[in-house]
Amino acid sequence: MFLRMLTGAISRQKARALTIALAMALGASLATSMLNVMLDVGDKVNQELKAYGANLTVVPRSASIMGDLYGDAGGNRKAEKFLAEDELPKLKTIFWAFNIVDYTPYLDVTASVTGPKGTFDAPVSGVWFDRRFDAPTGEAVETGVIRMKSWWRLEGDWPAEDASQCVVGANLASKLGVVVGDTLNAAAKKSETVTASGIFHSGGDEDDALFAPLAVAQRIAGKPGLVSRIEVSALTTPENELARRAAQNPNSLSRHEWDTWYCTAYISSIAYQIEEVVTGARAKPVLSVAEGEGAILRKTQLLMLLLTVLCLACSALAISNLVTASVMERGAEIGLLEAVGASRFDVSALILAEALVTTLTGGAVGYFAGRVFAQIIGRSVFGSPINSNALVPPLVAVLVTAVTIAGSLPAIRLLMSMKPAETLRG
Amino acid sequence: MDILKLANVSKIYGSVKALYEANMSVAGGEWLAIMGPSGSGKTTMMNIIGCMDRPTSGSVLLDGTDVSGLSAPELTHIRRDKIGLIFQQFHLISYLTAVENVMVAQYYHSMTDEGEALRALARVGLEDRAGHLPRQLSGGEQQRVCIARALINYPKLILADEPTGNLDETNEGIVIDIFRRLHGEGSSIIVVTHDPEVAEVTDRTVFLEHGRIAKTVSNR
Repeated sequence: MFLRMLTGAISRQKARALTIALAMALGASLATSMLNVMLDVGDKVNQELKAYGANLTVVPRSASIMGDLYGDAGGNRKAEKFLAEDELPKLKTIFWAFNIVDYTPYLDVTASVTGPKGTFDAPVSGVWFDRRFDAPTGEAVETGVIRMKSWWRLEGDWPAEDASQCVVGANLASKLGVVVGDTLNAAAKKSETVTASGIFHSGGDEDDALFAPLAVAQRIAGKPGLVSRIEVSALTTPENELARRAAQNPNSLSRHEWDTWYCTAYISSIAYQIEEVVTGARAKPVLSVAEGEGAILRKTQLLMLLLTVLCLACSALAISNLVTASVMERGAEIGLLEAVGASRFDVSALILAEALVTTLTGGAVGYFAGRVFAQIIGRSVFGSPINSNALVPPLVAVLVTAVTIAGSLPAIRLLMSMKPAETLRG
Repeated sequence: MDILKLANVSKIYGSVKALYEANMSVAGGEWLAIMGPSGSGKTTMMNIIGCMDRPTSGSVLLDGTDVSGLSAPELTHIRRDKIGLIFQQFHLISYLTAVENVMVAQYYHSMTDEGEALRALARVGLEDRAGHLPRQLSGGEQQRVCIARALINYPKLILADEPTGNLDETNEGIVIDIFRRLHGEGSSIIVVTHDPEVAEVTDRTVFLEHGRIAKTVSNR
C-alpha cells in the first residue's frame, strides 16, 4: 500500500517531481564531477607539476654531509664522491616505484671546451636524454632529461644516447660561437670531440653549460660507471605532521605510524626508500617544489570541495521550496491520512520517501552526467581523462540522501504544525 | 450503554465561545443528527467528537475513554480505532482507485485486505467500480466510497459531516438508505447536517445555537 501511495503521489505530480529530480541531478552531477576530479586531481596536478622539474635529488651520502657542512664551498669536495651507475635501475624497485615518473643521473665535470671562438672552461653534465631499459621488476622504463626539462627550448635535436653528441646552453654556445652541427672539443682527464646536435634555452644556469650523454661525460672525466647525483621526479602526497616527523627521524615513529608513513607516497618516504636501494645515497627533497606541489594540491582540492558544498546547498534550497510547496498543496490529502489514522511520523515518512525516490532518481542521472563533466574537465584542463573513483557513487548517494533530508526538513516542520481539522476544511 | 458522553464541553478561542458548556450523550446504536446555522458550533463539536481537536474544558467520554486530555498521537490512535469519518467533500485520494482508497484506512489501522475492502464497497453498492479512480466516479459514488472507507475498520462511532451536502436528490436518497441500513445493523451514527429531511430520519436531533445546545428533539 505504501508503495502504491508512493508511486501514485509521484506520478500525480509529474512536473514537480521532474523539477525536484532536475534540481538534484544538477547538484549530483556537479558533486560527481568535482569529487571525481578532486580525488584524481592529486595525480593530475602532480603530473602537471612534474613538467617543472625534479622534486628529489639523490647525492652520495658523504658528499651530502660535506655540502651540509660547507655549503657551496664544499662543491669541490662533493665532486670527489660518486654513486654507481649500475644501481640506477634499482630506483624502479622501491615500494613507490610507479610514483617515480622520471629520473636522470648527472656526472658533473668542469672541462676545457674548444669551439670556433676559442677555448673556455665550462661545466659539462653527462645525463640520460632518452634512456630506455627494462627495470629489474620487468617494467619498461623510458626516462631522461627530454622528459624532465620540458620547458627547455631547443634548436636542433637532442643527442642520441650512444653518440658523441651534445646540446649546448645558449650562453655558452654564444661564447664559443657554436651553431647547430658544429664540432666541439671537451677535455678534462681525457679529450673528446663531440657534435653540437642542438642549442637549448633553459632560462637558468644551465644556459652556461654543455649537456652530453652520460657515457661521453664519463669518458671525459675518466669516471666510467660513476654519477655525481640523480634528479628524480616523483608523484607525491602532500606532507603532513606524520611525514614531517618521519623526515626528521623515521626511528621516532611507532610501528603503526611507520607502516602508515612508509606505505604513503610522502616525499620523505620515497626518499627513504631510494636510500634503501642505492648504496651510499642520500635522497633530499627539493623542498620548494615539494611544498609548492602540496600547497597547489590542497588549494585545488579545497576549491573543488567548496564548489561541491555550494552546489549541493543550492540543490537543498530548491528541494526545500519544492517539497514545501507540495506539502502545502496537498494539505487536504495529508489531513485525510491523519483523519483515517496515520500518525505524523507516517505522513512525514511518506513525504520523505517521495522526495528520496525522486532525488535518488535525479541523483543517478546526475551521477552519470557528472562522469561526463569530469571527463570534459579532465580533457580540457589536464589533457587526460579523469579516472572514475569507486568511492564516488556511494558518496554521492549519501550526499543526495543528506541533501534531501535537509531540504525536506522545513516541509516536515510545516507538516507537523498542520491540523487535520483545519486542512480538511481547506 | 452510552458510546459518547459530553460533559460541560467548551471550546473557546480568545473571547469567542465556539462551543460552550455542551452536555450530550449518544447511546450505542443510536442515530443522532446535529443541526444548526453556520457558526453555531457544529464543526467544533464534530472535531472534538472526532478526536481531531481538544476541548478547552469539560470531558469527552468516547466508548468509556476520556479523550479530552489526550495528546495528539493518542487522539490519532483513538480516531484510528473507534471513529469512522465521512466528509462533505469526500476527500478521496485522487491517484488511488476506489478500493485502494478504502484500503488506506486499513493500512493505517492494521493491515490491508483487498477482499474485505471489496466487500465494504459491495455494502455500498460499488463492487463494480472498485478499480475506478475518483475522477471516474460521480459525486454520489465518491461519497459511497467515503462511507465504505469509514466502515472498513468496524468503528464504534460513524461521524458524518454534511454527507449529502454535495449530492443531488437521487444520491442523497441512496446515502440515507445506506445510513438507515447501517443503523439497522446496530451502528452508532452522528450526522451533522443542514438538511431537515436528513435530520428527520434519525432517532434524535440536537440543535446548536451560538455554541450552545439549544434543544434536543426526538424524531421517533
